[in-house]
Amino acid sequence: MTGLLFACAAAVMAPLFLVLYFLLKEGASSIDWNFLTKLPKPTGESGGGMANAIVGTLTLLGMAAVMGVPVGIMGGIYLAEYGSDRGNSWIRFAADVLNGVPSIVWGMVVYLMLVVPFKTFSAYAGGVALGLMMIPLVMRTTEEVLVLVPQSYREAALALGISRWKVIVVIVLRTALKGVVTGVLIALARVAGETAPLLFTALGNNFWNRNLAEPISALPLQIFSYAISPYDDWHRQAWAGALVLMGMILGLNIIVRILSNWRNNG
Amino acid sequence: MPTAQSSLPVLPPMGSRAPDITFKWAAFAAALAILALIALVGFELYHGARLSIAKFGPGFLVSSEWDPVSDRYGALPFIFGTLVSSVLALLLAVPLGVAAALFLTELAPFRIRQPIVTVIEMLASVPSVIFGLWGIFVLVPWLRDHLFVWLKHTLGFLPLFQGPIYGVSMLAGGIIVAIMILPIVTSISREILRSVPGLQREAAYALGATRWEVIRIAVLSYARRGLFGAAVLGLGRALGETMAVTMVIGNRPEISASLFAPGYTLASVIANEFTEATSDLYLNALFELGLVLFAVTILINIAAQMMLRSMGSGGVSKVH
Repeated sequence: MTGLLFACAAAVMAPLFLVLYFLLKEGASSIDWNFLTKLPKPTGESGGGMANAIVGTLTLLGMAAVMGVPVGIMGGIYLAEYGSDRGNSWIRFAADVLNGVPSIVWGMVVYLMLVVPFKTFSAYAGGVALGLMMIPLVMRTTEEVLVLVPQSYREAALALGISRWKVIVVIVLRTALKGVVTGVLIALARVAGETAPLLFTALGNNFWNRNLAEPISALPLQIFSYAISPYDDWHRQAWAGALVLMGMILGLNIIVRILSNWRNNG
Repeated sequence: MPTAQSSLPVLPPMGSRAPDITFKWAAFAAALAILALIALVGFELYHGARLSIAKFGPGFLVSSEWDPVSDRYGALPFIFGTLVSSVLALLLAVPLGVAAALFLTELAPFRIRQPIVTVIEMLASVPSVIFGLWGIFVLVPWLRDHLFVWLKHTLGFLPLFQGPIYGVSMLAGGIIVAIMILPIVTSISREILRSVPGLQREAAYALGATRWEVIRIAVLSYARRGLFGAAVLGLGRALGETMAVTMVIGNRPEISASLFAPGYTLASVIANEFTEATSDLYLNALFELGLVLFAVTILINIAAQMMLRSMGSGGVSKVH
């Protein structure tokens, strides 16, 4: 019995190692200076790189954070500090349900909101799509860490005559800062690899994006289009891009782990 | 000339509740944005689909025609593909995930529990498109040359395992989705099992139950509803899974009894054809597919969250 259950646990873990093994095996040899600094070559020419996609992903993440983090944190503050239990449990419920909305649906909605009216695919639209996905994630994690701040901190500050909003920003949020940052990083790691919401918003671009109102490339988009292409050289680059993307996401996860260890011990 | 008042300690001027109230309302607005977002998504999708809804009516859901050339659209092959691939994924992922969770909560030595949990969390962080890439170049060739051949050889008398083997297929889609929902099914099952009171187990041991009997009688039956909730949540994720499925399922709008035949899901047809939609009606039909997907996943998620919340102390608190 124990053996069978252990086998099941091993089977659950196996895909991670298989994926990482093939990413390293197929991708590592293709990551070189050119790959990291050059633009993609036109169809049929070999060589080139994904520099614009790497920068594009970072740009999109930055825009998503600008959109999703303030709203998420404010919402988390409301759930932790204000509101009635009943009302808050509805909002929490809605946030969890919203988390389950397929990411492609966000792409379609942002397409109608930002691509159709402005008649162009744009980096803005991609950033907004990822930002909207971040809101419920950031909101729930912020709430979770804020409620851990001891009630006596708030009472002590309020007793000094400090107004409520200052207590929340200066005392509560400061105390829970590491936890909040951890939540934001988790949300960023989650949306960094999203492809579906970018397909009809950021669209992808084979050149540098010089204007955020124009289409922008992103690693997941580039991996997808190279993976389904018929060219061996593009397959090779898709593996390399996937390795870079996975490295970014694992890096974020490692920072999260260090932060939360630091929080628990300090 | 200075008045007596100006030398007093600085007291907040009257009306200083204004920033306080503004802050509270800003926070309230942000929290309310969640509800607004759900409404917005539903409204926008409906708005985007209106031509198709007006033209095809409810028949859209049961028609299996998908013909952009003559501008006639029906959702049935995609609904079929989504359901079949998701059900396959659940059949594979739920037993495995629950078993792994049981191992983690009941049997594993304490020292190896956290490392295993970490590995499963890392698996959850692998992007869909990377699973898709791995699916195309590693999983599908292996399935085509080994597993499918073996299945056809041994279970070929079933209509499920007949017909030509291409590799890309409904079964490949189901397997890749199963891998992708394993982490969430496992981690939620684990939380549910951990919420089973120790007293339950001790009582069963006291009655002379063996370890396996304790798991079956005291743990699993107690946690039944929550584990069902975990499975339903996994179903919600499976239905909306897009990129990895698109890359391995074959993308052909057919309804076939064979799991070796290519299929197509709601999310994949949107991903593939959205930017290529040549007519307004075509685009509207894709939006209607999105609306169907959204409505179904919202309902499934509401059901799952209700089941999980009804488990003891407010249910599962962690965000997934």
